[in-house]
Amino acid sequence: MAHEVASGMGGIRTAGDLVLRLQLSKSMKIHDAKKYVADKLGITPLELSDCVIMAEIREDLNLGRPMPPDRTAKGIEAKFRIAQLLGIKINSVERFKTKAGLS
Amino acid sequence: MSKFFTRMGDGFGIYLSEEEIRADIEEGTKDAADRAQIPQLSKEEMDHLYDIVTMPGIVVGVERGQEVVTTSDSGGCKISYHCNIAIDRSTAILIHEKVLGADSLDLGHIDYSYKAVKSVLHDEAAMMELTQLNSVIPVLYGSMPNLGLYTKPDGPVDNWAELLPLGRIDEARAAQEEAVEHAVKDIVYVAEGMYEAGADGMNIDTSGASGDADVLAALKAIEIIKQKFPDLGIEMGMAGEFILGMHGKLEYDGVRLAGLYPHNQVKLAEKAGANIFGAVVNTNSNMSFPWNIARTVTFVKACTEAANIPVHVNVGMGVGGVPMCEVPPVDVVTRADKALIEIGKADGL
Repeated sequence: MAHEVASGMGGIRTAGDLVLRLQLSKSMKIHDAKKYVADKLGITPLELSDCVIMAEIREDLNLGRPMPPDRTAKGIEAKFRIAQLLGIKINSVERFKTKAGLS
Repeated sequence: MSKFFTRMGDGFGIYLSEEEIRADIEEGTKDAADRAQIPQLSKEEMDHLYDIVTMPGIVVGVERGQEVVTTSDSGGCKISYHCNIAIDRSTAILIHEKVLGADSLDLGHIDYSYKAVKSVLHDEAAMMELTQLNSVIPVLYGSMPNLGLYTKPDGPVDNWAELLPLGRIDEARAAQEEAVEHAVKDIVYVAEGMYEAGADGMNIDTSGASGDADVLAALKAIEIIKQKFPDLGIEMGMAGEFILGMHGKLEYDGVRLAGLYPHNQVKLAEKAGANIFGAVVNTNSNMSFPWNIARTVTFVKACTEAANIPVHVNVGMGVGGVPMCEVPPVDVVTRADKALIEIGKADGL
């Protein structure tokens, strides 16, 4: 908790999960990963960690939220959208497609 | 003369003057530089570190825009097993995602060793599958190479920790080399299962806990995993700042492993195919927080400058400048974070 308060992006409260995905899939350093995600979202890297701005963006794009209301994308549903938005493969999404007979 | 509250490396509070804090910072950075043959912090960096150590307020934070992301080790076990709250690990991961703001988490078995996981992989994989259906954040699978588990009587090879004191050096080395091959097979086997289960990545964590052979097992396993599954993310986390030479002669890519510090460790992790490197710097509980954080930031800065992949610094009990105590005080934890990111240029924690 102390890390999140002092220095954390905040996961799905903001764009932390999206930035982490770029580090994990493309070995991007923090500023490159932030710029990549910010460009995809059409905002500045500074705004990626703003939970008010990102709450609206996550709602508009249906990317998964901390308190998701009914009829919104949750879990794997949100990850389908994230993979498409970021232009990356997400392993669980690919597995889902295979197991569901979608690919 | 006014004094500032800070802590010792065991967590107990102390009051130090400006001169004492500045002296400890200078000594800490010098210690790291001497050990690893890396540059000391500059005057400006030491001044910044002094400001961080003496900053008013219990909790401090990075400047806006400098926020970083987090990975974990045994993250799924913290709430369930470690806190003894009766929930499954999948639920714990969702709490980290939705309540605690984690950017990612790793699912891991309570034994947290690839050898132990091998026999229950089917259950672990099912847990990963269910977790992936419900989670949005990246979920890795984490465990340690933990080479010691391969020694008799629990494992197949002779115990080098028993052979070495007897002077049976060649036998101790042969045992470690054999253990490496067993560990590589187990790590790759678990990675195959987790890839099929939809894991976002593998965390090869606490690499080096059994010395240089332990690190070699991690590097060789990463190489094979990346050949088989190029899209599977890999984080290689270390056990300590310095690779112990339990074997002493093992090499990877022509580089002797024993004695490597983080700025050299990260280059081998890159070579093997790791996507994220988890740097570790140990805390000296007999020295002050200013000494420890100056020393840690010096190692980390050299590591991030050398790295082409993101570096996530281990910042917990007894590492990353954080005191060696079970309940780390937020005053020094948040100061460690700020220093590691703003001066050490860490890409994550």
